[in-house]
Amino acid sequence: MADIFREYFTLFMGAVIVNNFVLTRFLGLCIFFGVSKSLNASIGMGMAVTSVMTISSILAWVVYNYVLQPFGLTFLTTIVFVVLIASFVQLLEMVIKKHAPALYNMWGIYLVLIATNCIVLGVPLLNAESNFAFGKSIVHAIGSGAGFALAIILMASLREKLQYADVPKSLEGLGIAFILAGMLALSFFGFSGMIPL
Amino acid sequence: MDKSLLILLVLTSLGLIFGFILAFANKKFAIEVNPLIHIVEDVLPKGQCGACGFAGCMAYAEAVVLNPDVAPNLCTPGKDAVAKIVAELTGKAAAPMEPQIAQVKCAGSNHKAGKSYAYSGVEDCVAANLLFGGPKSCKYGCLGLGTCVKTCPFDAMTMSADGLPIIDPEKCTSCGKCVSVCPKQVISLMPIGARVRVNCSSKDKGAVAKKACSAACIGCSLCMRQCPYEAIKMENNLAIVDAKICEEKCSDAVCLSKCPTKAIRPFVTGIVPGTENEESIGIACASCAK
Repeated sequence: MADIFREYFTLFMGAVIVNNFVLTRFLGLCIFFGVSKSLNASIGMGMAVTSVMTISSILAWVVYNYVLQPFGLTFLTTIVFVVLIASFVQLLEMVIKKHAPALYNMWGIYLVLIATNCIVLGVPLLNAESNFAFGKSIVHAIGSGAGFALAIILMASLREKLQYADVPKSLEGLGIAFILAGMLALSFFGFSGMIPL
Repeated sequence: MDKSLLILLVLTSLGLIFGFILAFANKKFAIEVNPLIHIVEDVLPKGQCGACGFAGCMAYAEAVVLNPDVAPNLCTPGKDAVAKIVAELTGKAAAPMEPQIAQVKCAGSNHKAGKSYAYSGVEDCVAANLLFGGPKSCKYGCLGLGTCVKTCPFDAMTMSADGLPIIDPEKCTSCGKCVSVCPKQVISLMPIGARVRVNCSSKDKGAVAKKACSAACIGCSLCMRQCPYEAIKMENNLAIVDAKICEEKCSDAVCLSKCPTKAIRPFVTGIVPGTENEESIGIACASCAK
């Protein structure tokens, strides 16, 4: 029991910090730069990505293990997952719009952004590639989502402070944001190798 | 079985399954949106300025259609024309809207007001204000770093060479963005038909205000005593003009003549505050004759 717990915990921490999807794998950069202008939006985005990623990982696991593998069609994984995630996000948007309008007002715009994002596709693909069991897939997805949330919240708090800084004209906006992201990635580089995935 | 056939089968069936789920969900979770909302939204100017108090034009359209308590004349950039159409569409009574314009209540340009220190930080009034209330010796005056100019969604503001914003009466929609962004609260909205304005916001006592800026209202109350209609009041060493009384009753702005610092001036739009040319407008002729 303790062994399993330790395994899950290292997997989770590994996904959050060591193999952070944004800062060490450089996935999901478009939403990372697009939404990190304000802290509130970033928190919403982080939560939306985490939940979508978790549920789509579950669905992808089911499809991978019960459809693709038995038929020997694992080379179709990517295209099937793209379709799966896009339709799932659409469905989720409809459900939320109908049953939780308040949540929709908070998350609605982010859901559309997530629909075709590489970070949401990347986690189920990695799960499939590493042949994770069901529990491990979920832990990995939640960890990756938390890692994304951590990265985007760090970035947003930095960028909010940056508004009052005297940035050289040529670097204003995205330029300085990229430099910041590079520095953040460097600092996360320090964790590399601590937990092997 | 042939592999390619299998691929075709699996992908098609997966696609069909997802398609049917989505089609079903679309019916099951359909939300009826009042079509009037989109019509009203099309009428609004789409500056997304938020002057109505809602988060953008879409939010206001939704509120004005669905909520009977939301007035149809909240869109200031749209002026009367939009208010009328919105009122017609939503079946609400439109109260007439008085056109307004933003005005800067400060004439303390760089050469009229002193400096208490040399500021070389970020070119932004909010940032400058954090440093002992900004570099101007008058703690109530315009800082002249142009935060309002940058904020204006309609390009109606420009910064004059002397460090006071000029408001273009043609472009100003009185959305009030500059009013809320100014850290000194030196900008306010004024009815476009106003006669006079006080180009000062200083609440300091006369001697202190005068020392800080040569264009300050020193609170001498001479203008108040001149006015036959009691349209001017003194509050915190500052003359406050009731534009409504002025507009309705006054034909001869006698209040302008006695002001020792020329802080109270005829209301002219589109110029640097404090440079009003009295001869150019008829209303102030009484004062130049004297």
